Amino acid sequence: MSELIRLSAADLADKIHKREVSAVEATQAHLDRIAEVDGAVHAFLHVNTEGALAAAAKVDEQIAVGEVASPLAGVPLALKDVMTTIDAPTTVGSKILENWLPPYDATVTERLRAAGIVILGKTNMDEFAMGSSTENSAYGPTHNPWDLERIPGGSGGGSSASLAAFEAPLAIGTDTGGSIRQPGAVTGTVGVKPTYGTVSRYGLVAFSSSLDQAGPCARTVLDAALLHEVIAGYDPMDSTSINQPVRPVVEAARQGATGDLKGVKVGVVREFRGEGYQQGVIDCFDAAVQQLRDLGAEVVEVSCPHFKYALGAYYLIAPSEASSNLARFDAMRYGLRVDNGALGELSAEQVMSLTREAGFGPEVKRRIILGTYALSAGYYDAYYGSAQKVRTLISRDFTSAFEQVDVLVAPTTPTTAFKIGERIDDPLAMYLNDLCTIPSNLAGNAALSVPSGLAAEDGLPAGLQVMAPALADERMYRVAAAYEVARDAAQGGPLINRVPELEAISR
Amino acid sequence: MTAVAEVMDYDEVLERFDPVLGLEVHVELNTNTKMFCGCANVFGGEPNTHVCPVCLGMPGALPAVNGKAVESAMRIGLALNCEIAEWCRFARKNYFYPDMPKNFQTSQYDEPIAFNGYLDVELDDGSIFRVDIERAHMEEDTGKSLHVGGATGRIHGADYSLLDYNRAGVPLIEIVTKPLVGTGARAPEVARAYVAALRDLLRGLDVSDVRMDQGSLRCDANVSLMAKDATEFGTRTETKNVNSLRSVERAVRYEMTRHAAVLVGGGKIKQETRHFDESTATTRAGRTKETAEDYRYFPEPDLVPIAPSREWVAELKAGLPQPPWVRRKRLQEEWGLSDAELRDLVNADALDLVAATVDAGAKSDDARSWWVSYLSQQAKTLNKELAELPITPAQVARVSALVADGSLTNKLARAVVDGVLAGEGEPDAVVEARGLKVVSDDSALTAAVDEALAAQPDVAEKIRSGKVAAAGAIVGAVMKATKGSADAKRVRELIIERCS
Amino acid sequence: MPSISRDEVAHLARLARLAATDDELDLFAGQLDTILNAVAQVGEVSQQDVPPTSHAVPLTNVFREDVVRPCLTQQQALSGAPSAEEGRFRVPRILGEEQ
Ligand SMILES: [Mg+2]
Ligand SMILES: [Zn+2]
Repeated sequence: MSELIRLSAADLADKIHKREVSAVEATQAHLDRIAEVDGAVHAFLHVNTEGALAAAAKVDEQIAVGEVASPLAGVPLALKDVMTTIDAPTTVGSKILENWLPPYDATVTERLRAAGIVILGKTNMDEFAMGSSTENSAYGPTHNPWDLERIPGGSGGGSSASLAAFEAPLAIGTDTGGSIRQPGAVTGTVGVKPTYGTVSRYGLVAFSSSLDQAGPCARTVLDAALLHEVIAGYDPMDSTSINQPVRPVVEAARQGATGDLKGVKVGVVREFRGEGYQQGVIDCFDAAVQQLRDLGAEVVEVSCPHFKYALGAYYLIAPSEASSNLARFDAMRYGLRVDNGALGELSAEQVMSLTREAGFGPEVKRRIILGTYALSAGYYDAYYGSAQKVRTLISRDFTSAFEQVDVLVAPTTPTTAFKIGERIDDPLAMYLNDLCTIPSNLAGNAALSVPSGLAAEDGLPAGLQVMAPALADERMYRVAAAYEVARDAAQGGPLINRVPELEAISR
Repeated sequence: MTAVAEVMDYDEVLERFDPVLGLEVHVELNTNTKMFCGCANVFGGEPNTHVCPVCLGMPGALPAVNGKAVESAMRIGLALNCEIAEWCRFARKNYFYPDMPKNFQTSQYDEPIAFNGYLDVELDDGSIFRVDIERAHMEEDTGKSLHVGGATGRIHGADYSLLDYNRAGVPLIEIVTKPLVGTGARAPEVARAYVAALRDLLRGLDVSDVRMDQGSLRCDANVSLMAKDATEFGTRTETKNVNSLRSVERAVRYEMTRHAAVLVGGGKIKQETRHFDESTATTRAGRTKETAEDYRYFPEPDLVPIAPSREWVAELKAGLPQPPWVRRKRLQEEWGLSDAELRDLVNADALDLVAATVDAGAKSDDARSWWVSYLSQQAKTLNKELAELPITPAQVARVSALVADGSLTNKLARAVVDGVLAGEGEPDAVVEARGLKVVSDDSALTAAVDEALAAQPDVAEKIRSGKVAAAGAIVGAVMKATKGSADAKRVRELIIERCS
Repeated sequence: MPSISRDEVAHLARLARLAATDDELDLFAGQLDTILNAVAQVGEVSQQDVPPTSHAVPLTNVFREDVVRPCLTQQQALSGAPSAEEGRFRVPRILGEEQ
């Protein structure tokens, strides 16, 4: 295994910028790694070898004349296949968009390119980001590098697995109900959902518009912060984009890494433990909270009484918006068209119905029907309307909590990674994965997951979720970075180094 | 083929029923760009060349509201005496249709930007009918489909369709009236007069091209009948595809007579969409929906609410132009017109054109004469609306000036106008290219006269012998030689001069 | 809270343009019933006098300047089309009326 793939993005960038290694070499090392292990992991749906090497070569040229596009210039990245790319297909994990080559780049894609970040390829995901295991991908599941029999989380399982498998030091995810944080937790990586409106959604294929938010994925908090500053910022193409300067998250991560949390008030959310929580996950969480105390933070318990309604509200709002967002996949302008060979016989309406039936997987169809129901005349008030009221109540819970504390903490997910196939037939059991992550999507505030150790009973990673008020993203970076340093010191090195050698267990 | 429906005599309809009208007008705004994206908002063009990921409904694309369109919507609302919402949102109207790229229309639902207004409409006899306005809201237009195969471009029986999304996303304002009661026999006239007044108002605001023929102003007419002793409205039909003022009037009248025949015959009116057929002045049923459409409206999550400040509203209100009817009175006085002359001008749709021509320097009588007589005839011949003629008020004013300074005779001026209409360029260029300048240079004319006299020595002799009447033949010859560019009076003088 | 019937699921599938199979309808009807029962708890707050939240971040009046931006070329616009003809998207015959 090349040394280069084990480096953090920050260290790799440093070597590239000092010309100790070229961006092309760094890119090639990761492409080699993908070729070696992705057959087992299946993190990628598309690897853009030529595009990546060309982009890397360009960075090397720039560095040669003293131009460094960004602190991450030359570092390879895995891009979730939900972001449009002009030079690679964008499928959103769905058959309905198989081989679709968008005629435009997402704003996030543009910013990555402008920063000299090398896009290796597009990562696997639950179809239309609907899922928590990546088993809903039309192109087959992704496997968790910690245990290939297990799920890497979802919907961004491809992105999280690519990090844990050392196929890329950086990745982009999108988080509608936890799709960045939960995969981060179950793969022992860092996943950040920034404040809603701070990373442009233009070119992010919509699942649920009022909840979707793209964010950075990495193996360290600092790397995530560096990537955060590349992709965040106002975009007039997204009307919900907030026109304010990017929060100083890199500075906060560096400050946190000094290991001092004196004066920081941390709130433990009382509601996030109890039935359904794996003991090892709770143990990791409690140990993490103790570590925060040891770092000087003041820890108090806070109650968010309406969080118990969050799951219900989420599974009404997200499917409702999705039923409308996904209406455009109709076989008329792009994507799959199914006419059963009866060209000319069938009407447009019939072709639409046949195509959507064939092109969408069961979870997508289930949610479209659920959303269509929740928005129907006669049910709107009881379902969609009530869900929006819950949203207000959850925001109020956060507001009053943040009047007492600087950040809130909770386990990221109630359990560690489960076995592939274990919950696929039980949608409700699957939905419980997002119990702790959903409130921040509904309220729009910032939240991240940082690895908090391995659960005793299965040796699999658990995550510590840190939540900050909207537009105070830097607070959670500071806390997470401080915790990360203390955790590594206490556990004898970075957690990610304990991921098994993939060669040894390749299938 | 649809069977020709039975209709009732119009007077009899009114003996038995009271009509109730509801008018929905869609206006395409003349902004530079579309409602939610920066694509050019222009009529026509090569198919699918004014499109982008947003208006094609591509995955990942997001809308961004055109601020100018919002301003236009508020100005329209204010001109219609509406209240302007302190806070409103866009909503998604969900239904599948191939001409709508996202399969939902971004529109406004229960929170329109303008509501509760009225428009006072002047009828032919000078009386005023107040049309109450329910709401004016913002939305987007759909693409256009071309139906191939089957009967002549009609949707029924087509083999397949071709879609052009250039129009998709063009800003629309939908203006909806409250139910109009008490029109009686004048229902068709009120409908026509309302649309005409609305069109004038919108033109005055300069927010739309208001071209019914191009679809930038479209009217759907809802008609129902109430029996004289009834207390509730009858079932209404909605007639679409009404593409001219005259059609508005005829469609309402036809539906009234059709409804009455059905009702008196013991039948029931089906609540349905109908299509107006210009050629027969009748309506035909559209496809009836088995179930009421459930549009599943919900607030558009990709757009944020609009909360116009009261200062902004006040500023827009202060900047509204004079309403057309006030302006009309003013122009009538300025130009010294009788009521009849003014009405002719308005009926010829020439008022704005004349005003613009006067603004460009022409005398009001000259401008009026051009537009109401010669140009109106040309429009009729070309089967176009006056405003559609390819000549601008400035060009008419220029021709007028050339006549006034003696450069053109009236006859030559008409030829210049013909040239402009034929696309030969500006009036001066037409004069130049066609050689239409009045020949005022005597030496050139004298030469032509001498030539004509030499060519007809017998006539020349007659004139010399005092038979001045014979000069007509020579005048004709000279005019022919100079292609009519000579001043005939001067030619005659020269002939007499040369022969004496 | 009312539970969802198979017929209702069939109607919703039609509304959503999904040519669902009988087996699917059976499966979805059962699953949606379970899910709806679980999410119906939001109804517990529906009586409360709480304003609904449609947008996580409260912004208003976000407008774009009325300035033309470059469009796609016709070729780009049609590049993903399943079928195209004369610069237009070719689609199967349309039965319904425009709305
Ligand atoms: Mg409408
Ligand atoms: Zn566009």
